[in-house]
Amino acid sequence: MADGARRNPLFRNLTAKLAAVPMVLTALVVFAGGTVWTVVYSFTSSKLLPKLKWVGLDQYERLWGASRWLVAIENLLIYGVLSLVLTISIGFMLAVLLDQKIRFEDTFRTIMLYPFALSFIVTGLVWQWLLNPEFGVPSVIKAMGWESFELDLLHDPKIVLYGLLVAGLWQGTGFVMCIMLAGLRGIDEDIWKACRVDGIPRWKTYLFVIVPMMRPVFITTLVIVASGIVKLYDLVVAQTSGGPGNASQVPAMYVYDYMFQAQNLGQGFAASSMMLVSVLIVLIPWAYLEFGGRKRG
Amino acid sequence: MKTKTLAALLCSAVAVPLAANAVDLEVTHWWTSGGEAAAVAELAKAFDASGDHWVDGAIAGSGGTARPIMISRITGGDPMGATQFNHGQQAMELVEAGLMLDITDVAEANNWKSIVNPPSLLDACTIDGKIYCAPVNIHSPEWLWISNKVYEDLGIPVPQNWNEFVASAPQVEAAGKIPLALGGQPWQSNLAFGAISVAVAGLDVWKKVNVDKDMDVAAGPEYAAVFKAAADARKLAAKSNVQDWNQATNLVITDQAAAQIMGDWAQGEFAVAGEVAGKDYTCLPGLGLNAYLSTGGDAFYFPKLDDPEKEAAQKRLAALLVAPETQVAFNLKKGSLPIRGDVDLATANDCMKKGLEILASGNIVPSGDMVWSADVQKQIEDLMVEFWSSDMPAEDAQAKWVEILKSGL
Repeated sequence: MADGARRNPLFRNLTAKLAAVPMVLTALVVFAGGTVWTVVYSFTSSKLLPKLKWVGLDQYERLWGASRWLVAIENLLIYGVLSLVLTISIGFMLAVLLDQKIRFEDTFRTIMLYPFALSFIVTGLVWQWLLNPEFGVPSVIKAMGWESFELDLLHDPKIVLYGLLVAGLWQGTGFVMCIMLAGLRGIDEDIWKACRVDGIPRWKTYLFVIVPMMRPVFITTLVIVASGIVKLYDLVVAQTSGGPGNASQVPAMYVYDYMFQAQNLGQGFAASSMMLVSVLIVLIPWAYLEFGGRKRG
Repeated sequence: MKTKTLAALLCSAVAVPLAANAVDLEVTHWWTSGGEAAAVAELAKAFDASGDHWVDGAIAGSGGTARPIMISRITGGDPMGATQFNHGQQAMELVEAGLMLDITDVAEANNWKSIVNPPSLLDACTIDGKIYCAPVNIHSPEWLWISNKVYEDLGIPVPQNWNEFVASAPQVEAAGKIPLALGGQPWQSNLAFGAISVAVAGLDVWKKVNVDKDMDVAAGPEYAAVFKAAADARKLAAKSNVQDWNQATNLVITDQAAAQIMGDWAQGEFAVAGEVAGKDYTCLPGLGLNAYLSTGGDAFYFPKLDDPEKEAAQKRLAALLVAPETQVAFNLKKGSLPIRGDVDLATANDCMKKGLEILASGNIVPSGDMVWSADVQKQIEDLMVEFWSSDMPAEDAQAKWVEILKSGL
């Protein structure tokens, strides 16, 4: 029996391998295949229907000359950096607060995690109402007596991006907090005891001992949050639909509009290929840190 | 009991001859607002009465949302019986790919060539000499809607054209009102620019650029005047911060804004609010400068199906859509103009009559959908959004606009 298994390693765990076949096929055909197809057709002049008529880098030249695309990239950078820094730092701080063995921890955790259960469309619509200067929070503040209060996070092109940021943070920090809390709970009690014996203050312990130990947790969070930022679409559509003017455009909206409204698949594919590149820029260092690091260790 | 069975039998006996060739056809469209839905119901009623069955496939959220769904259904192998598109190039590639039914025989049998007015509507349905769509209505975007009350309160006469309106704007503004209402949706800034360009440049110049594609004229002084007028309008609309077109119309209805540039569908909103054309509001086709209207609008296309019975039903529907009775019933509800000049719209209001007169006199501009591809139009729309919401100088906007047009040659 043992000899037979050694001769045919392919058939070891046959059922498990068979069960994995559909998933492997899906990954290869749908993900990898679809990605390659999209990149290939981004070098064509496809309009409404995909056609293999090569135009080289024309689509990319036009893309990087389009002011709407440049605005979208700039918006994504601002939103992305702020959102990344703020979700992770706020999420970590909330997790630390919850980690102080407080009463009703479960209740707080549930409340914090609730927004994550809502889709971005709902989040966007809710915040559209909350931020509306005539019905929302700004009008409440005015009614309370602060007459000169003016904050229009929906219609002022200079600050509309921060309205989106507020909604995004509200939705996403609870989830980051939960990951961080799990990471904090994974730290051995003995480390805390050792630090206390050495007389290190709590905040120093967190900053110089616990955070470095939680490196894998931070990296995972970073990747999840960052890939969510790159594909940002539904929140913007629901809250501002890219406006006022082009002030809150994001790359994913450009892709959709050019693929379907402008009936220019080639242009849409070029834009989505650029989005893929930006995801890879995030993913490759992560993969290197995660998998490359293990080999060395 | 017995009488009921008998009655049922009788009914079915009568119904059978009809049911023998009754076919269910799914029709997709994006007419979902109150007046639009009432208009579609007229079409459905007429089709059901002719013995077939209209399966309504309304897609909410305007053409921008609906068209991608329709196109992906047709290209994805799940075609509907008939679908709405705007006249022009929107469905051209679908036709070229052989996905649409050729209805030339229906058009010839019903003599569409001589009844469809303006003929450009049928030309937009014709590709390589074959007809692929049935036009149903005409919508024109070049209208200026003015609130009479705003001017009565100011004690000055209601402007009769765009220049008078611009001249009166400082007084309107001094009274604390918005001179020009403009919604934030991208297509609205594009529409306003289109209306201003026909009105200010005039038809000949417009045709040189958009039909003959003369790029020197596009970069020339006539269009520089257009962009200057648009920059004026941008200043007048600076305080208008609504999103949807009907919210902007509502600013005019409630006399918070003096005027709005919007298509003839706006009069549906005035009618619902109980306002009377000529008394409560004034409409100026072609902004009162050049009384030209473009003849965009809606048409129905019929995707190819493998079922000969359904194909016959599609052709029956095509004939029905252009029939005079359907045209009258539909367009009165829709507030649009009929595609044939030989029908009687006695109940039409002042503004509709103005529109009909212009059509009859032949002052017609082909709609942008017919002369430029969707790609070029989307880029122009992007440019207009940027132009209207920033302080981009008119000359820069013109230069960029010419670049976009050149890319579509």
